[in-house]
Amino acid sequence: MPRLSALDMPDVPMGQLPSHLEQQRTRVSCKSDAPLHTEGIQYSGSYASMAVDNSLRLDSFSKNFRVEVVRLTEDEIEFDMIGIDASLANAFRRILIAELPTMAIEKVLIANNTSVVQDEVLAQRLGLIPIEADPSLFEYVSENDAAHEKNTIVFKLDVRCKKDDGRVKVKSSELKWLPEGSELQMASTNPNPSTNPNAKPKTYTSFNCRQDSLPEFSNKPLRPKYGDVTIAVLGAGQAIDLEVHAVKGVGRTHAKWSPVATAWYRMLPEVALTQEVEDGKAEELVSKCPVKVFDIEDIGEGWKKAVVARPRACTLCRECIREKHWEECVDLRRVRDHFIFTIESTGALPPEVLFTEAVKILEEKCERIIAELS
Amino acid sequence: MAVREDDDTSKRIPSPMSMKSLAAPVKSAVDKYQLLPEFLKVRGLVKQHLDSFNYFINCEIKKIIHAKDNERIVSDINPKIYLKFLDIYVESPSVEEDHIREPLIPQRCRLSDTTYAAPVKVDIEYTRGNPIQTEIKKGHVIANMPIMLRSCRCVLYGMDDDELARLGECPLDPGGYFIVKGTEKVLMIQEQLSKNRIIIDTDKKGRVSASVTSSTHERKSKTVIVMEKERIYLQLNQFTKLIPIMVIMKAMGMESDQEVVQMVGRDPRYSGLLLPSIQECASERIYTQYQALEFLEKKVVKSRFTNQKVSPMTILDDVFLANVPVHEGDFYPKCIYVGVMLRRMLEAILNADTIDDKDYVGNKRLELSGQLISLLFEDLFKTMSSAAKKSIDEALTKASRSSSMDISLHLRKDWITHGLERAISTGNWDVKRFKMNRKGMTQVVSRLSFIAALGHMTRIQPQFEKSRKVSGPRALQPSQWGMLCPCDTPEGEACGLVKNLALMTHVTTDEEESPLITLCYSLGVEDMSLLSTEELHSLNSYLVMFNGLILGKHRQPQRFANGMRKLRRAGKIGEFVSVFVNEKQRCVYLASDGGRVCRPLVIADKGVSRIKEHHMKELRDGARVFDDFLREGLIEYLDVNEENNALIALYEGEADSNTTHIEIEPFTILGVCAGLIPYPHHNQSPRNTYQCAMGKQAMGNIAYNQLCRMDTLLYLLVYPQRPLLTTKSIELVGYDKLGAGQNATVAVMSYSGYDIEDAIVMNKSSLDRGFGRCIVMKKVSAVKQAYDRIIMPQMSSGKGGLDSHMQILDTDGIASPGEIVRPHDILINKQSATVSRDQLISHKVLPDSAYKFTPVKHKGTEGETTVVDRVALFTDKDQNMVIKFIIRHTRRPEVGDKFSSRHGQKGVCGTIVQQEDLPFSERGICPDLIMNPHGFPSRMTIGKMIELLGGKAGVSCGRFHYGSAFGEPSGHADRVEVISETLVRHGFSYSGKDFLYSGISGCPLQAYIFMGPIYYQKLKHMVLDKMHARARGPRMMLTRQPTEGRSRDGGLRLGEMERDCLIAYGASMLIFERLMISSDPFQAQVCRKCGLLGYYHDKLKTGFCSTCKSGENVSTMKLPYACKLLFQELHAMNIVPRLQLTEH
Repeated sequence: MPRLSALDMPDVPMGQLPSHLEQQRTRVSCKSDAPLHTEGIQYSGSYASMAVDNSLRLDSFSKNFRVEVVRLTEDEIEFDMIGIDASLANAFRRILIAELPTMAIEKVLIANNTSVVQDEVLAQRLGLIPIEADPSLFEYVSENDAAHEKNTIVFKLDVRCKKDDGRVKVKSSELKWLPEGSELQMASTNPNPSTNPNAKPKTYTSFNCRQDSLPEFSNKPLRPKYGDVTIAVLGAGQAIDLEVHAVKGVGRTHAKWSPVATAWYRMLPEVALTQEVEDGKAEELVSKCPVKVFDIEDIGEGWKKAVVARPRACTLCRECIREKHWEECVDLRRVRDHFIFTIESTGALPPEVLFTEAVKILEEKCERIIAELS
Repeated sequence: MAVREDDDTSKRIPSPMSMKSLAAPVKSAVDKYQLLPEFLKVRGLVKQHLDSFNYFINCEIKKIIHAKDNERIVSDINPKIYLKFLDIYVESPSVEEDHIREPLIPQRCRLSDTTYAAPVKVDIEYTRGNPIQTEIKKGHVIANMPIMLRSCRCVLYGMDDDELARLGECPLDPGGYFIVKGTEKVLMIQEQLSKNRIIIDTDKKGRVSASVTSSTHERKSKTVIVMEKERIYLQLNQFTKLIPIMVIMKAMGMESDQEVVQMVGRDPRYSGLLLPSIQECASERIYTQYQALEFLEKKVVKSRFTNQKVSPMTILDDVFLANVPVHEGDFYPKCIYVGVMLRRMLEAILNADTIDDKDYVGNKRLELSGQLISLLFEDLFKTMSSAAKKSIDEALTKASRSSSMDISLHLRKDWITHGLERAISTGNWDVKRFKMNRKGMTQVVSRLSFIAALGHMTRIQPQFEKSRKVSGPRALQPSQWGMLCPCDTPEGEACGLVKNLALMTHVTTDEEESPLITLCYSLGVEDMSLLSTEELHSLNSYLVMFNGLILGKHRQPQRFANGMRKLRRAGKIGEFVSVFVNEKQRCVYLASDGGRVCRPLVIADKGVSRIKEHHMKELRDGARVFDDFLREGLIEYLDVNEENNALIALYEGEADSNTTHIEIEPFTILGVCAGLIPYPHHNQSPRNTYQCAMGKQAMGNIAYNQLCRMDTLLYLLVYPQRPLLTTKSIELVGYDKLGAGQNATVAVMSYSGYDIEDAIVMNKSSLDRGFGRCIVMKKVSAVKQAYDRIIMPQMSSGKGGLDSHMQILDTDGIASPGEIVRPHDILINKQSATVSRDQLISHKVLPDSAYKFTPVKHKGTEGETTVVDRVALFTDKDQNMVIKFIIRHTRRPEVGDKFSSRHGQKGVCGTIVQQEDLPFSERGICPDLIMNPHGFPSRMTIGKMIELLGGKAGVSCGRFHYGSAFGEPSGHADRVEVISETLVRHGFSYSGKDFLYSGISGCPLQAYIFMGPIYYQKLKHMVLDKMHARARGPRMMLTRQPTEGRSRDGGLRLGEMERDCLIAYGASMLIFERLMISSDPFQAQVCRKCGLLGYYHDKLKTGFCSTCKSGENVSTMKLPYACKLLFQELHAMNIVPRLQLTEH
């Protein structure tokens, strides 16, 4: 190459980024030893010298932002969220895990437990059972609130194993909803009960009306989402008699209130062949990949070349670039603003609702900040 | 050619489907692993204890009563009156209640604090009545002997799992311990130097010595022959000084010096070394036996009790080399024995290599429960007999001889019963006969975890003191291979001294000697007594030693050894008889004594294994058991000495034509505790040792009956798991059924800075879901004495309703199970009578006023909510009611709790982080636990990394992976290559490193993170039990200083080094505040005149000096109370400290 004076070098094209910088800005490059450029470039003036504006603008965001649902089942959703920053995507994930309220069993009143499962362990197990109840219909219980029909769901579990039953598995379907509230009576604090014989005995809840008389529950009884969760196993002659109170809470306090089994995202994989990979090498490449990212394409005359057929399937096992020389032909990347988001719901709410709820919470938070700033 | 083929197959890397292909028959190298479970099935893990105890119960005990001295009790008054023991037998455990005997089960003993003991019955023949006639009485009970669990007398013997479960017993519990007064006690295996063997050694002064510790039923003695100043002497406790050895020889009748020289050997070097000794003897003018005995007479030590001297002849007969029997005054065997000792000693002088190694395992014997109990039993039996004799004599001297006396009634059974019970429960072994006085022989079975209990049964305690700073006995001995675990030893003081048995080790029991001796003679051993001294060491023959005795010599030692071995393999003689040809010493050693360690090995003929594939097939089909292999001579037991005659190949493929044996499985060189470690052969060795210690502290399941037991302290894990990466030992031992840990997804990365110094970061959601949750159960017990009463909870005075501390009481006045207990709550509403015993007897019913309230309260820390788990009531041996409570506390992990992986990598929980803050992988997996990568470089625990990989592969393909020690060649450990292939097949990186996103920023992390499941143990050390702080609190009575220690709510001491710092810093006011104001300030009255302490005079309202009898010069000053106390104590010992005060 002839020597060139710096002054004679061609000007950097203004208004657009050179390809390598563009790639740095929009892609995470996954090399065999470590990922490169993992953090996005946030500063709006990063590329000012090239007259490229790196600021985030609402209009361009709203123009480019897209959500595409890939898969939706009863308890799982996978969708693509395109054109958004990692911090925002992560905010949704964090809210889903820790801040979306659900109903979960918080109080367990044990009248009798002769099973081998200890009371505390039984209570912990009960707490983790997902309950099919829309949390938006309930209020949070605060420290000095009495339990009433708007903040508490009461279930009863009364099982016993008869002497000749062998072993009985207690499943979550045995939890029976008590729309009238607690049936257990408090130890009488009233010294002389004779004064008011007609007074209702005091229980652990003070419901004003039956829960099933409320319109929102009248045709949809409250129950655990899955009936096949094993709570305990009873041996002959053992019995469990207890009452549980489910209240509203968030996952940050305890994982039982988390509405998702987990929620996560991954950035869209992008696999590029920087060189033509042909024939034997192509076959080798195809066979290397355990998730079949590559395919072979006939380019006529018996020549074959490798093509990237299913980049989305890439799990980043890096098998294709394990050997040094392959790293020159295969480039594994992640698209920085394209998130494949998966939500696995525990069942209290359908997964698609969960996401919209999460958006609402984020919105609320933003509004609160704006309100506090102004 | 066949050998070559073997080679190929053994080096073959197992294919991914290796487990399936392993089960399939392999062409040439036979997979002998299956032998191991079969071996353990017949043997169990504590067979050494059981065998030893069974031997005692079945044989030894009979020998004891038939011994010459024990068999008869004859009255001194009337020798016609006697009692003779005909037979003795131990029955199965039972208890006598209201004269009805009913069988006893172990669980009942544990719960009701009784001893699991069985009656020992004797058949006796005795004289009775007037005129005297003999009578025979059968089944007379002379003792109640504690019975080892699962021994042949135990009710659990031979039971299957269902039957065991019905008796409340855990099927996985190995037995091998005793239950005495409700506590489980193991008799620790004791390690000692061989008895009755010649040991050549150099003593502290560098003198070469030959010593024999003789041990027979009647006597124990130690005979030492030393070389001092070129002369050879005998050292014996019964002689005041060193005795020239030639004198001893002459005293024993070997008067000719020539004979002695011949006996040692004709080599001129030996006779040269002997010359000074011979000269010395001559210079003393001792030539004949008579002269020698006369000489010895003067040197005999006076007896302490009788103050009389024993004749030297008796000493030579009984004490000197007591293990060599003397028949009718024939000292020839003893002379020859001395000759052999001398010869070996002189050899050691000429060639230092021949000095014996005391640490060599072949020179060690393990003393097991049977031997120890038999020692004790014989002693107690003798005491009982002599007590019986005394009382018979007493009865005979009394006038009332007309009443026909039943002398069987004089055999009191309490002697033996209490003696045994006391010894086992305290661990003090006092045997009067041998002046033996050992402490700490028994220990309470550690039930911290299942493995701890198992490890306890295989532990070997040393006999010598631990403080010695020598490295020899602590070092790993090459002869330990396969016998003792190279990893499992404690750290610190007892390091290397306390050992553990390996998985396949067996400890022998005594075997009948006389048939073996006869056999030896018929196999061509020339009897020693027929040989002249000259012939003894002739060049073409080897000496034959049997259990340390010289039998004679054999001209074809190899042929003789082969013959013996053939007989052993054919089952004609016991399988544990060892035959060892020592070429250096030109001896054939035969051993049938108890306490030798040995292990099974596959026999190979010229390198070809005797076990063929069809044998293994039959084994798999159940047509063959381990004992069949033994009986057919395919497998044999070798002890450490005989191993020296064998060439043992590790694998069949490595065998060549010289190979005589093949190992069954290499991982059996490890013990029970080290067997839990996956890939231990990839770890730095001390890490395995650390894990062996920590595995015993891990919480988990203790036994299947853990919830029915009443242990003082019990740690349980709520959700214990089976390790994803197992080993074959784990399956053999049963750790997969009673695990102590959980498989945690571990990310090896740095996070938050709260993970430095081995701390770990934990995921809060994992903890919410039950990771690391544990239950701590403590026992509280109380006895209701005869005049106590337990009453219904009272209403508190004034208001209705119960006293707040009585709410958990049931109507019977005892706290009921399931109730939440808070500190100071009353567990038993008990009252004790205040009146004296006489009044108690006179009054049937006492008034309420005679009772004082003595409740049993729950002591616990404030704010801790515990629950009454169980309440048990039973009657103790004094017919008092005992109430036991189990108080349960469930804990979730908190910052400061200790965790450890199985690779000696312990760490405390540094912080607990919300799940959303933790990194997550492409598949949404979030770690349960984050470990700092700095834990790896210096620890070099590669095994942990492979465990992570293997665990990850295991969860992805749904098969438990294996990591047995040295298991790669035999397919009992998955290779990293194969694991990596599995990982890749399931879309993971071959290196186990995942692409993770930060949970905080949402961006990918800048490195791939090594993440996967590792089995983590929660250790018993928890902050809750340790944290302590105090502002104010209790003080000591004497010094008025704050108490010490957490249990007494003590203060935190500002020690002398801390004080030094403050002095150096010049913080005098702080020192003043710490050492006086906050400790023990005291106002003292000091007389300025005499400088002594005065007192405050209440009437004069001033200080007053009692020495000066005035209050004029008295000042008040502050000083520490301890200082005042010191002054007063000095006064008391006539030292007057005077205080000189100056104005300030």
